[in-house]
Amino acid sequence: MIENRPWLTFVSHLSLLFGIALVALPVWVALVASTHPTSAFGAGHIPLWFGDQALQNWGSVLFDNAGSGVDVPVWYMMLNSLIMALGITIGKILISLLSAYAIVYFRFPFRHLCFWVIFITLMLPVEVRIVPTYEVVANLNMLNSYAGLTLPLIASATATFLFRQCFMSIPGELVEAARIDGAGPIRFFFDILLPLSRTNIAALFVIMFIYGWNQYLWPLIVTTDDAYYTLVMSIKRMLSVDNGDVEWNRVMVTTLLAMLPPIAVVVGMQKLFVKGLVDAEK
Amino acid sequence: MSVYFPHKKLPYLLLLPQLVITFIFFLWPAEQAFEQAFYQEDPFGLSRTFIGLDNFISLFSDPIYYESMLVTLVFSFSVAFLGLSIALWLAVMADRVIHGKLAYQTMLIWPYAVAPVLAGVLWWILFDPSMGPVALWLKYLGVNWDHYLNGDQAMILVVISATWKQISYNFLFFLAGLQAVPRSLIEAASIDGATPFKRFWTIVFPLLSPTTFFLLVVNLVYAFFDTFGVIDATTQGGPGVSTATMVYKVFSDGFIGLDLGGSAAQSVVLMFLVGIMTVIQFRYIERKVEY
Repeated sequence: MIENRPWLTFVSHLSLLFGIALVALPVWVALVASTHPTSAFGAGHIPLWFGDQALQNWGSVLFDNAGSGVDVPVWYMMLNSLIMALGITIGKILISLLSAYAIVYFRFPFRHLCFWVIFITLMLPVEVRIVPTYEVVANLNMLNSYAGLTLPLIASATATFLFRQCFMSIPGELVEAARIDGAGPIRFFFDILLPLSRTNIAALFVIMFIYGWNQYLWPLIVTTDDAYYTLVMSIKRMLSVDNGDVEWNRVMVTTLLAMLPPIAVVVGMQKLFVKGLVDAEK
Repeated sequence: MSVYFPHKKLPYLLLLPQLVITFIFFLWPAEQAFEQAFYQEDPFGLSRTFIGLDNFISLFSDPIYYESMLVTLVFSFSVAFLGLSIALWLAVMADRVIHGKLAYQTMLIWPYAVAPVLAGVLWWILFDPSMGPVALWLKYLGVNWDHYLNGDQAMILVVISATWKQISYNFLFFLAGLQAVPRSLIEAASIDGATPFKRFWTIVFPLLSPTTFFLLVVNLVYAFFDTFGVIDATTQGGPGVSTATMVYKVFSDGFIGLDLGGSAAQSVVLMFLVGIMTVIQFRYIERKVEY
């Protein structure tokens, strides 16, 4: 603090509190809406204070079925989301660790070509090439399968770049020492490189988990069988019924439950999350 | 790095998984989009005829496509401007406070974790003309809110939803940028009698410009490509085409309109745009700006 300006400090706190309230407003309303019976929404405006249906709504959405046209319970879709998110995260980390290792620690013909092929995928989100990617996945018979949900989203280069940066910052003397001591490439990878990249892997895990959990368009078009519905995309199915038939209280419970896991990850692992965010953009 | 492992086959083996996935799920579809852009296909995929550049010609002579470009520009720059301003304000305030900085940070960063489609649903219900509390408050203020019918209001709604999610990201980067501003500079200026307001505009803001520029690019990319869920949940591009961004149009023309050739041509245009943006971002990163 350079100087003491109590008035300015007061304004600072006030702005921050106002910002927090504004950011939290939609979640507050959703929380309130999730505690009312369906009939509360047809007639007029959303009540601003909690109703008495909280336990019934949350319990039935979590364990019976999500409602509004989706016949599977939320816990089941949470499991699907978890499988998809972990599949994407672990897949990305594994294949990028390997390819980054090859690019940094080996010299071989076509190294630059490989590097550029991977680099091209860096910025092209699945939304842009959605129709042809769908056709490819359909040709491979992977619609309505976990492989179809995860594999196309693993094809991104962000993680490879992150690990490449990370490996390049490891001093060459370490590699030399390891080689003099007789360590081969596999041994070096497992005994030296992996332990040294532990925090980077963890930080990337946090970011990629959020990315994977929040996938929307891709699961929406490759799953028509509700056995493979993920939680985030199920919202769209719940809203696709006629406007008057939308069970808003159930939609709100599902929305809140779909937000909960990634928010818990961000808040619970804030340090890793911030590190991952900064790393991923470098 | 000057030390390498002398192996002939191992590196290819290590690269294999990533290359296979890139070929199957990226290069193959991209090639298909490219090919399809030159054909006209019937909606059932039974037959197709080579029509050369006709898909592109009809795309660029279609006023709706230009409208969608305009929608994309208005949407992206509004999201970037609004998101950056609010986040900068909050970050400056958070940088000033001594007590509870971490608590404030925690309370401000969680929207990053919310999926765009959920952000869209949350704000939709707030603004829904028949039941949303904000729509009700606006009515008291004399504003007749109905984003189902009014294109400008629909645009405001998607901009708000998309910005809400992005504030946390900008906030974190601005806060890191502010903490990197040398304290001695600020102290010197304050000894010279500069007020906090003047110090901000003459010292802090110019020093933040690399962060601001970086965030501007990231926000534009976000608004271009990652906001599909927001639009699909709230307005589905409507009313009319007033919130149909270019990425949304690729999807709606391809999957709903079943105009596969036209959608593929749009994919090719977008891939081209992405290429340009990648070059800009890459050159920028190459310059090694500190943030």
